[in-house]
Amino acid sequence: MEDILLLEAVERYLAGEMNLQEKSMFEDLRKKNAELDQLVVEHTYFLQGLDKYGTLKSFKHTLLEVESNLAAEGLMATPALKGKAKVLSLWNKYKRSMAVAASIAGFISLLTLGLTITYTKKYGNESYYELVKEITKTNKEIIVLKSKNVLPAIPIKPEPKVDFMGSGFLIDGKGYLVTNAHVISKMKNIYVENTKGQYYNAVAVYTDNNVDLAILKINDTAFRAVTNLPYSIKRSNSDLGEQFFTLGFPRKEIVYGEGYVSAKSGSDGDTTSYQLTVSANPGNSGGPVINRNGEIIGIITAKDSKADGVVYAAKSKNIFNLLDKIKPEEKYQLKTPVNTTLKGLDRVQQVKKMEEFVYMVVGN
Amino acid sequence: MSTIEHDQLLLKGLAENDKKSIETIYRQNYSMIQSFVLNNNGSADDARDIFQEAMVVLYEKAKLSSFLLSCQLKTYLYSICRRLWLKRLQQMSKFSTQVENLEETVAVEEEIEEHEKVNNDFILMEHAMNKIGEPCKSLLDAYYLQKKNMLEIAGEFGYTNADNAKTQKYKCLVRLKKLFFAQYKNA
Repeated sequence: MEDILLLEAVERYLAGEMNLQEKSMFEDLRKKNAELDQLVVEHTYFLQGLDKYGTLKSFKHTLLEVESNLAAEGLMATPALKGKAKVLSLWNKYKRSMAVAASIAGFISLLTLGLTITYTKKYGNESYYELVKEITKTNKEIIVLKSKNVLPAIPIKPEPKVDFMGSGFLIDGKGYLVTNAHVISKMKNIYVENTKGQYYNAVAVYTDNNVDLAILKINDTAFRAVTNLPYSIKRSNSDLGEQFFTLGFPRKEIVYGEGYVSAKSGSDGDTTSYQLTVSANPGNSGGPVINRNGEIIGIITAKDSKADGVVYAAKSKNIFNLLDKIKPEEKYQLKTPVNTTLKGLDRVQQVKKMEEFVYMVVGN
Repeated sequence: MSTIEHDQLLLKGLAENDKKSIETIYRQNYSMIQSFVLNNNGSADDARDIFQEAMVVLYEKAKLSSFLLSCQLKTYLYSICRRLWLKRLQQMSKFSTQVENLEETVAVEEEIEEHEKVNNDFILMEHAMNKIGEPCKSLLDAYYLQKKNMLEIAGEFGYTNADNAKTQKYKCLVRLKKLFFAQYKNA
């Protein structure tokens, strides 16, 4: 406690907040007491250091913002994607289908039928595998239940009927999103909704079942293009042990999670994905996996029903492979964000800045 | 406006962390630096890193009232980037004596040395900051870096009054100081 009072006095002295009498008393004390004198010197040095740190930090942040503006304009070159030998990618593809075949039993998708939440509440901790079955059986029944629950809010558009629910995120401010292929595979109509509660009609532009990814385009006149996405997409592989956070919609509200990369390959050596240790639930499918610099490193796809906390995520570089495939078409010249403005911010700020670009993907 | 006046204005803006000035400096110089790094065993990512670092050097300089630019800003920036890139190449032990020169250069050794010290201090403080944990980190950030007043902070963090927040802030500061100076002892 004494220390604190002393520190407070030192800070007031340094800030020039003392009145004349106090000041002269303090200075007298400083002359007599070498320890206090040392404390004042040390604290001055420290506060200067802290101040320098603060200004430099905000300067670096401005730099990143400027860079991301310029990169969006195409003034700065983006790192070239390193090509993979054809044989290797064929092998990867082949591996992938083997992986899927071999692991069907232990490998379940995180796509959720829209009413999981109701069910979970009723039955508690049943495993998801059973859950899916139950819902398919009573699908109709629950849909009726659901429509009763919808409150007559002031509807601008009628709320869509929701059978399936997953997550997705913007990769181009013009309204292009990435999600999992399995999230939308059974949807006839696709809608996306952001954390502000705005929802839009969307269509699938491209689906790749091999890597389980899909690109959606918001097809809605109400949608306003976003100029700068705060995060970037990582082209290289992440390292073992890299820490990350996730955002997704296992319920009708955005949910945050944290974890680390636990293996560089997914289920059965599938090299197009990672194994992660994180908690993920049905509905997290398609959600972004973001490292501490604000780079997207993966897309949550599935979890192992037999093991605890074993989650699989498609590697972010697959997104670029998908984009290359749609590129030949004139209208699909997507510009992905190349720079992150999230670097150096604390986690709460990072999430605040990016949550509105993560979407709930729903459909029927 | 002459080049000198134009450069002075940019430096003034830079010292004030003005986004427009920073953007202008990028627009006028980035492509040159990028081609330099790309032509000398570097990638686009390297170019971005180097330019960023050079901007920090320039920022540190511009903030000093004593600083007087003795050549064109373009030449100065190029010299710094060149020096930084040579250093980086040396560290990667890829050093080839033949680094292609695109522009004339001025001596910037002192600047680089100073910058390394500043950078080191920055890293030490960042380390200490990352180690103290929440809510200390946010609390100190709000008071010392964002310069918010205690009343605001109390409200934001949910302390019942400003005095409690202040006590907590000092406790955090004592911890940060310990962590910060401990690194000096270890180093």
